[in-house]
Amino acid sequence: MDVMLDIFGSANFWAAAIRIATPLIFGVLGALICERAGVLNLGIEGIFVAGAMAGWLAVYLGAGLWGGVLVAALAGAMFGLLHAVLTVILGLSQHVSGIGITLLATSVSYFTYRTALPSVTSPPRIVPFQPVTIPGLTDIPFIGPALFSQTPLTWLAVALVALVAFVLYRTPLGLAIRAVGDNPASVEAQGLSVRGLRIGAIVAGSALMALGGAFLTMSAFDAFFFGMVNGRGWICIALVVFASWQPGKALLGALLFGAFDAFQIRLQAEIGQVVPGQVFLMLPYLLSILALVLVARKADYPRALLQPWTKGQRH
Amino acid sequence: MSLRLDPRADASIGLRLAVSFASGLVALLIVAIPVMAAGGNPFSAYLLMAQGAFGSMFALSETLNRATPLILTGLAAAIAFRARLWNIGAEGQLYMGALAAVLVGSGFLQLPPALMIPAIMIAGFLAGGLMMVVPTILKQRFGADEVVITLLLNFVVILFVQMLIEGPLKDPLAMGWPQSVPLLAEARFDKLIPRLRTHWGLLVGLLAAILLWLMVRKTVLGFEIKAVGENKAAARFAGIPVDGTMLKVALISGGLAGLAGVGEVAGVKFYLSADLSPGFGYSGIVVAMLAGLSPIGSVLAAIFIAAVFVGADSMSRATGISSYIADLVVALSLLCVLVGSFFLRFRLILDNRKAEA
Repeated sequence: MDVMLDIFGSANFWAAAIRIATPLIFGVLGALICERAGVLNLGIEGIFVAGAMAGWLAVYLGAGLWGGVLVAALAGAMFGLLHAVLTVILGLSQHVSGIGITLLATSVSYFTYRTALPSVTSPPRIVPFQPVTIPGLTDIPFIGPALFSQTPLTWLAVALVALVAFVLYRTPLGLAIRAVGDNPASVEAQGLSVRGLRIGAIVAGSALMALGGAFLTMSAFDAFFFGMVNGRGWICIALVVFASWQPGKALLGALLFGAFDAFQIRLQAEIGQVVPGQVFLMLPYLLSILALVLVARKADYPRALLQPWTKGQRH
Repeated sequence: MSLRLDPRADASIGLRLAVSFASGLVALLIVAIPVMAAGGNPFSAYLLMAQGAFGSMFALSETLNRATPLILTGLAAAIAFRARLWNIGAEGQLYMGALAAVLVGSGFLQLPPALMIPAIMIAGFLAGGLMMVVPTILKQRFGADEVVITLLLNFVVILFVQMLIEGPLKDPLAMGWPQSVPLLAEARFDKLIPRLRTHWGLLVGLLAAILLWLMVRKTVLGFEIKAVGENKAAARFAGIPVDGTMLKVALISGGLAGLAGVGEVAGVKFYLSADLSPGFGYSGIVVAMLAGLSPIGSVLAAIFIAAVFVGADSMSRATGISSYIADLVVALSLLCVLVGSFFLRFRLILDNRKAEA
């Protein structure tokens, strides 16, 4: 019991939880936008890799940190556009296209990294984003070090949650995006373009996914490693269902997940001698599966998810 | 004059073959761009790849050795996708199959080879199959999406394997390397040709392809799979036991991937390690799609993908161009064949008449 109290009472623990949650916030938001518009984007895992590599490489080659963020977002948008062409314009299988995008984005990233840096033995480093300290607030005991030790990308992620929620629920564009994933015929009846909305949503969502990857190489770490994304994209796909496709719940889900992950890392340090480390490393994946199984029955999937749309189509 | 798309009823076998070949070819053509970007000459790079994959008995044996697990993971994806069961977990199922083979074949049982080989194959098949049956039950009982669950299970299984080979299954004689105790001699597949690595697992793959082809064509289960894959509601209405069919497909699909793992430990490595498979499970999806989900086609597609990997390794050693070029070809093949499937469903018609009002 003391172990638990020690962990939850430490500001470092909460700072780590938020840090672990940040890439997931970007990823879940991105996946949420795509799925709200009716398109599953399994390219997410590869787009994470592409964002991580492209953003890092841009900074390594001399672009500023925010320049790197922009490059990462553009890389994500590009793969999103490819997914949109295949699934929205050609109406092809969203599952297969997504897996294909993941394979392509991953191999393009690895190939580019190897080709740009053929002879490095240890991964070169960049100077990553530094924590934003706010004089006064950072000094508040407990809350200060937990909240106000985060880098700008974490704040960007939180701001994007608010922005996406605002756009989805408070603007005509958001209404159209939600409708296009639920009842595309109604959108077309309004004289709006179903395909245009879907393509836009996939491109924007994919750009956000890439930011999740960029956070890994430009904020959480300072280098690019092969295999560093390690299933985070797939976890986001599970978290979207858990979050019922709502930005606020997505933030909550990502934070819960981050807290759990930070907890298992600390628990591992405490009782790691008794239980093999891999058991702890499995927990995040098992937790995602459990979350999916628990909510799946009552999950309110966007009704037109996975269904391609042809102009003038009727039900 | 305008272009118009007409739906096609059924694509001919010739057209389907053409789409598959064109997909591989287009993927290779596109990859000329990154080859040039890396400072290579595409023609000599492809020539080196072809030589590396087929240029000698050794090269051919390496290609067939690499194709062996890909045939089985390709069949695993093909049978599942036919029933619209999205098994993306062949990677994990492969490792579970390999693990089961090691558990049974490394001293737990003392049997002559004639019994030991079937024993590890059955164990591997069941272990892999179980890894797909569980997500299928979760899908049927709780409506949980099998795509995400099978994807996430891949990570769980790898960690589970790591835990065992660093713990209870660790080989004390492996100089501290995390690898399992080796298989007994009785549990190892013989080589097909002395001094070359190709082993009996290849024949297992070929036999599985033929059996699957017969099943799809001639059996009631094959018919049920087709019906379930085309329209689940209609199949249920027609009295086909949809859930039972899906579970059988899950067992076969996961089991085939498990057999791929058995072949890798019993035919190539003789022990289990965490680097047993460089993504054979994921490449199997590409194999199945390139094959148009055909069992016999999966054999050809697996040899193509294997040749790309083996050829790229050899080309990379000669030119210094990164061997990730192979992964690029594989990914692009998948996307190209997906685009190609569009032309199997629609006929592009050049319309010379005036558009009707």
